[in-house]
Amino acid sequence: MIVYLVRRAGQSVLAVVAMAVLVFLGVYAIGNPVDVLINPEATQAQIAATTQRLGLDKPLWQQFGIFLGNAIHGDLGTSFVYGRPALDIILERLPATMELAVVALILSVGLGVPLGVWAGLRPHGLAGKTIMGGSILGFSLPNFWQGMLLILVFAVLLGWLPAGGRGQTTEFMGLEVSFLTLDGLSHLILPAINLALFKMSLIIRLARANTREVCLQDYVKFARAKGLSGRRVVMVHVLKNIMIPVVTIIGLELGSMVAFAIVTETVFAWPGMGKLLIDSINLLDRPVIVAYLMLTVLIIVTINFLVDVIYSLLDPRIRLSEMKG
Amino acid sequence: MSRLLEVRDLHTHFFTRDGVARAVDGVSLSVDRGEILGLVGESGSGKSVTGFSILGLVDPPGRVVSGQILFDGQDLVAGGEGALRHLRGKRIAMIFQDPMMTLNPVLRIDTQMIETVRAHVDVSRDEALRRSREALVAVGISSPDERLQSYPHQFSGGMRQRVAIAIAMLHKPDLIIADEPTTALDVTIQAQILSEVQTLCAEAGTALIWITHDLAVVSGLADRLAVMYAGRIIEEGPTSRIIAAPMHPYTRGLIESVPHGKRHGALLSQIKGMTPSLLKLPSGCKFRPRCPRADDACTPEPPLEAARPGHSVRCVHPHTESRIEVPTT
Amino acid sequence: MTNSIASDLEPVGTPGPVRIDSPVRRVAKEFVEDPVAVVGLVLFVLIALIAILAPWLAPQNPYDLAQLDIMDGGLPPGEVSFGTGDTYWLGTDQQGRDMVSAIIYGLRISLVVATMSLGIAITIGTVVGVTAAYFGGKLDSFIMRIVDLQLSFPAILVALILLALLGRGVDKVILALVIVQWAYYARTVRSSAIVERRKDYIDAARCLALSNRRIMFRHLLPNCVPPLIVVATVQIAQAIALEATLSFLGVGVPITEPSLGLLIANGYDYLLSGRYWISLFPGIALVLTIIAINLVGDRLRDVLNPRLST
Repeated sequence: MIVYLVRRAGQSVLAVVAMAVLVFLGVYAIGNPVDVLINPEATQAQIAATTQRLGLDKPLWQQFGIFLGNAIHGDLGTSFVYGRPALDIILERLPATMELAVVALILSVGLGVPLGVWAGLRPHGLAGKTIMGGSILGFSLPNFWQGMLLILVFAVLLGWLPAGGRGQTTEFMGLEVSFLTLDGLSHLILPAINLALFKMSLIIRLARANTREVCLQDYVKFARAKGLSGRRVVMVHVLKNIMIPVVTIIGLELGSMVAFAIVTETVFAWPGMGKLLIDSINLLDRPVIVAYLMLTVLIIVTINFLVDVIYSLLDPRIRLSEMKG
Repeated sequence: MSRLLEVRDLHTHFFTRDGVARAVDGVSLSVDRGEILGLVGESGSGKSVTGFSILGLVDPPGRVVSGQILFDGQDLVAGGEGALRHLRGKRIAMIFQDPMMTLNPVLRIDTQMIETVRAHVDVSRDEALRRSREALVAVGISSPDERLQSYPHQFSGGMRQRVAIAIAMLHKPDLIIADEPTTALDVTIQAQILSEVQTLCAEAGTALIWITHDLAVVSGLADRLAVMYAGRIIEEGPTSRIIAAPMHPYTRGLIESVPHGKRHGALLSQIKGMTPSLLKLPSGCKFRPRCPRADDACTPEPPLEAARPGHSVRCVHPHTESRIEVPTT
Repeated sequence: MTNSIASDLEPVGTPGPVRIDSPVRRVAKEFVEDPVAVVGLVLFVLIALIAILAPWLAPQNPYDLAQLDIMDGGLPPGEVSFGTGDTYWLGTDQQGRDMVSAIIYGLRISLVVATMSLGIAITIGTVVGVTAAYFGGKLDSFIMRIVDLQLSFPAILVALILLALLGRGVDKVILALVIVQWAYYARTVRSSAIVERRKDYIDAARCLALSNRRIMFRHLLPNCVPPLIVVATVQIAQAIALEATLSFLGVGVPITEPSLGLLIANGYDYLLSGRYWISLFPGIALVLTIIAINLVGDRLRDVLNPRLST
């Protein structure tokens, strides 16, 4: 098990380094780093100072060393717009994005798994077909378009919920959160649904396909032949088997949720790091872009790592073969 | 005393996109307490579906269309799911063909055994565990405590089938339906499992329906045989009589296609053609297109009639000679 | 086994005359059995025709400023132009641009971007995938490492960052889409080619000293076509959606060549003030396109993968 963990951690580090190389090449080798990383309005002296600090006059491989060294120390450059370290600005926005992503994940799993299992148990019923039809729409329609429709219906036409912003926040375990106040919650609902819909559709499809497959297995029939209640067969025998692929996809999708949040945050003017990224792109605040990218890569790789570990804990077969191997 | 199980005119059909497959089409059979019935037929003859029908475990698009299944006088078809669930695992247990597939791969053995105990009797977890352990010992599994903590994939095929048998025996059922439980195993393991099941059933007075395509396996085990073809029983009677003097040409063909010491060196005979599609059954006797004895008299389907005491056959031209002739070449 | 009873058995008796159809004919025949898929296909062909024939179909050239009348700005659907007396069936935007024309041209740009990126990505992915499967070993695992690494990052993120660094432009959007999509094709081609690669006839072909290139493209490649078609239909819908998203976020196509996504973005600000049509109708065009492709793709998957259909 430990061998497996170490090997898997090594792969993760490798992935982060690979992305760092790509980002570095993108910024330093393809573009002119002086243009990319130094504020266009800087004076000649400031340019000289930054050039020296980043080692831009040194050979490429030394520059990479400095870039990596700075990155490890959390120095990903200074924002042109805010004049403060880029990483700090992003980290300030991180809780808002995380709140949105976590609530959306809970929604998509909490609704997606039961709906998918239901559709899988009765694939030819009306409910099963409706659920599948809905999931195809949720799956294929662009996220921003779904968000716009939500705003059009619930904010503009019905006027039930606010169209954007984060609303009132309160402190919870040292973080600013929305979900504890009524105002905050009303601002949270639409963006969270928007972000959840796509993942939910994925989870429904996956849960349905797996439920159908598992239900055909002899061990489900055997469980019924043992006289177990239908409830126990579904809740234990079926669910435990479909949770393996579902957990995998949930984990992988949590990472991509951070990325998809860019769209949702833009549509709903949600003050998270995704909105910050789009604003920074429009303002050409490149250090923030680079910092955002490095941080997101780190988050995604970490999540993928954790998912693999959980996966191996869930499936006894994997656990054994990996321990041997 | 009434019989333990009596199936009367059972019809189980599969409603597929291509039409209705009459997998079981008018099967009647009965089993007494403690009796072993061998249900023999090729794949697709409807023998497994008959077994699943008794327990109400036919999956859609299949469904029991008509007929009666009387278990200890109670009609399981009319009783519905609620009545069946309390019988399943408690009074009627089932053992499946592929031991690799019958145990849930992600649940430990103890979980799968304890839930079976507690589905029917209200006992503590510890008591359920104790009974599970006992059942494992009874099927000859050493170090049961360790085994209970294991997952199915840590077991060999024979071992898994023993666990499945132990689960079936947990409540000392009145009837076990065994669906080709030894087909997927090595020959030596097969023999062990066979004799163990035989002993366990004899001890507990459990009746057994042993579903198989393998006449050799069942001839040493069963008290009576029922041979199925295309969803029907075509011959039924005491094992010794059917093996020694099969009356239906199909049964005869089956027996002659089994290698036999006395006929060493002789060519094995074979039944010509293939089992018919259940969607396009021939009219009249269903074996007619493959039967060497078929003629116009076979066109209306013959009924299953007693030809001798306790021995019935569904044939217009049954073999009546008492022994199989040894074919010479 | 209970479910396979019907298919296990072949009918006895004389087999009827069997017509052996070509694979394409068989697929076409099975495809049309599903009316929903046929509707999807007809819709898609219609949309494609509209995009191709845009200059002849559109009532006005939406980017010829001389044809725009600022007096007609922001008219709701069905209103009549103050100048020409033409009816604006879907209304106009702030500059007085006819939305019907804007959508037809926008559709054209969306489809051009998607099909161009599809073509390039398939070519790259196929060459890489077949090469990896054919040569195997270290080269294969190296290529697949890259593919896995690429696929572990969300496409939207990769494309967004690329465009943030490259700047706007139709060519740059195509490049970004190719970069995020080639890996899907490489993986698809490789996995079906590797199955074929293990078959005996490839060894036989090698013994005949056929060139590597000939074996790869004449023998391995044809077997990869069915899964490739399935992945391609899914991916082209994804590409259209992704391009629309990128343009909506303001990093995609430039203002001078607005795709459907950019039209939606332009109208987005007016959505809250009740001028829904500027955003809604391009959105409906986008959604219809994507749904049509998905309907076709779903059916193709069933037809090309008999194993999956029940």
